[in-house]
Amino acid sequence: MREIKPHSLGAFLLLGIVLAYALILIIAPLIAIIQGALAKGLEPILDTLSDPNVRHALEITFYMAAGATLLNTVFGVIIAWVLERQQFHGRRFLNWLVDIPFVFSPVIGGYTLIVLFGREGLIDSPFPIVFALPGILLAKTFVSLPFVPREVAPVLRSLPISSEEAAYTLGANRWTTFRRIVLPGIWVGVVYGVVLTLARALGEFGAVAVVGGGVEGVTETATMFVHRALLDRNREGAYTIALLLGILAILLLLIMTWLQRRMNLYRERTAHVHTTE
Amino acid sequence: MAENSLIAAAPHQPVSAPHSRASTLSVGAWGLRSAAALYLLLLVGVPILVVIGKGISPGLAVLWDSVSNPVAVSAIWLTVSTALVMTVINTIFGTLTAYVLVRYRFPGRSVFNVIIDLPFAIPTLVTGVMLVLLYGPQSVIGSFVEDATGQRIIFETPGIVLALLFISYPFVIRSIQPVLVGLNVAQEEAAVTLGASSWETFRRVIFPAIRPAVISGALLSFARALGEFGSIIIVAGNIPMRSQTATTYIYTQVEAGDMPAASGISLVLIAIALVATIMVDVLLRKRRSDARD
Repeated sequence: MREIKPHSLGAFLLLGIVLAYALILIIAPLIAIIQGALAKGLEPILDTLSDPNVRHALEITFYMAAGATLLNTVFGVIIAWVLERQQFHGRRFLNWLVDIPFVFSPVIGGYTLIVLFGREGLIDSPFPIVFALPGILLAKTFVSLPFVPREVAPVLRSLPISSEEAAYTLGANRWTTFRRIVLPGIWVGVVYGVVLTLARALGEFGAVAVVGGGVEGVTETATMFVHRALLDRNREGAYTIALLLGILAILLLLIMTWLQRRMNLYRERTAHVHTTE
Repeated sequence: MAENSLIAAAPHQPVSAPHSRASTLSVGAWGLRSAAALYLLLLVGVPILVVIGKGISPGLAVLWDSVSNPVAVSAIWLTVSTALVMTVINTIFGTLTAYVLVRYRFPGRSVFNVIIDLPFAIPTLVTGVMLVLLYGPQSVIGSFVEDATGQRIIFETPGIVLALLFISYPFVIRSIQPVLVGLNVAQEEAAVTLGASSWETFRRVIFPAIRPAVISGALLSFARALGEFGSIIIVAGNIPMRSQTATTYIYTQVEAGDMPAASGISLVLIAIALVATIMVDVLLRKRRSDARD
């Protein structure tokens, strides 16, 4: 589509409506939470952050999100590679499965974990999963699964297979080919997927709330703390951690934007190389 | 994604790649395929089977009882109706926003483009907290609206719609944007040269081209909204028959240990979401084959 400067009255009106909508829907709530968290000064914020239960909740949230991200990155790259570079029956089915966690309610995800591993569960696990950390890890892994495969697959598709073939023909084994040829081509896509996965895993609430049980100082995560603090009328505590999670999300978003710029630059450069060939 | 579209998009047909084609499949390639399949089947396939199995196994009569009791019906209805209202508003504003972003050069456009993704990054529970702070009964806006109209925003239906609008804001925009960017300039210019107004150009030339993207974005945001929980548990009052949605109903039943009550309504929600994803898949594949013709 042609890009123009807005000139007519209608164009300015349209621009105004769109920007006003975003301002009211997205920006106003952000300002509200900054105001809400700072309303009583810095003291309640520092009190909340020095509470050992809050510290523990933040640690658990971070470690479990990091674990989920690690699992989903390793398997996500494998899934993307298999879906893009191999042909087999059932590939379209696997491809469909990748997107399901996007629309699968996290609460129902947590519920299936209880059905499987709960007290009268279908599977008798040797170690506790429900109301324990493995359940939280599983829940976070489930909800954040699609991001790495969905970000890596299109990048992999745009890579010319000829260089992989060349390396292979020259006697490089598959691992060397992957490390020296494929990985340098896809790393920006991988990191982009990792950041999205981490953001989703850090902020997960529904699945974790169902499966983790929210035992204060044990299985309580950051989002669960916010929920409990609201129920306990500990408003300052809830707003502080909510704001902290919001700031973290914005930081991750900025990293994503920077990566996207790099990706576009990379694409433009490679496109240029291809046209001048 | 369709197999044929994938080959068409790739610079070289993967057939010639050393690691493809089943006939000469090496142990390594087979191992990777098995790892990918196993991971997806265990993490995603099993939960789907559990929901279907638990929903159907006690018999269809029990399933019908669990979804037809008035509290469950009201919860499903509240979820579906709020998701529908959100989808209509979100589709209109999403289409306008995508159009403005691609069409007009204006100061702050790149910042605006980043802000659109905020709802993807912000935890939905935090979204709920933000909305309570802005529109809650103790806020300036919330108390003003309640005094003027007698209608509360938060803990009632409008709060649920607002939360769904926030979390699904990027879906339609991000679905349409790439299609608009790739749109053929010549057709549009021809329409303008032939005297079409910008509204006519949009209606006759641009909209037909982006229609599949609009519909698939709308379907995805609808499916996503059905399952939303984090923001809803904060902004909805969770009063049965009044402000309890399907997911908060499931949460309440699971917390109370009443798994049969949760299983029926879970099956309904997951079934709608799965059908929506299949429809999106079909729509996008059709668009790709149209584009190739």
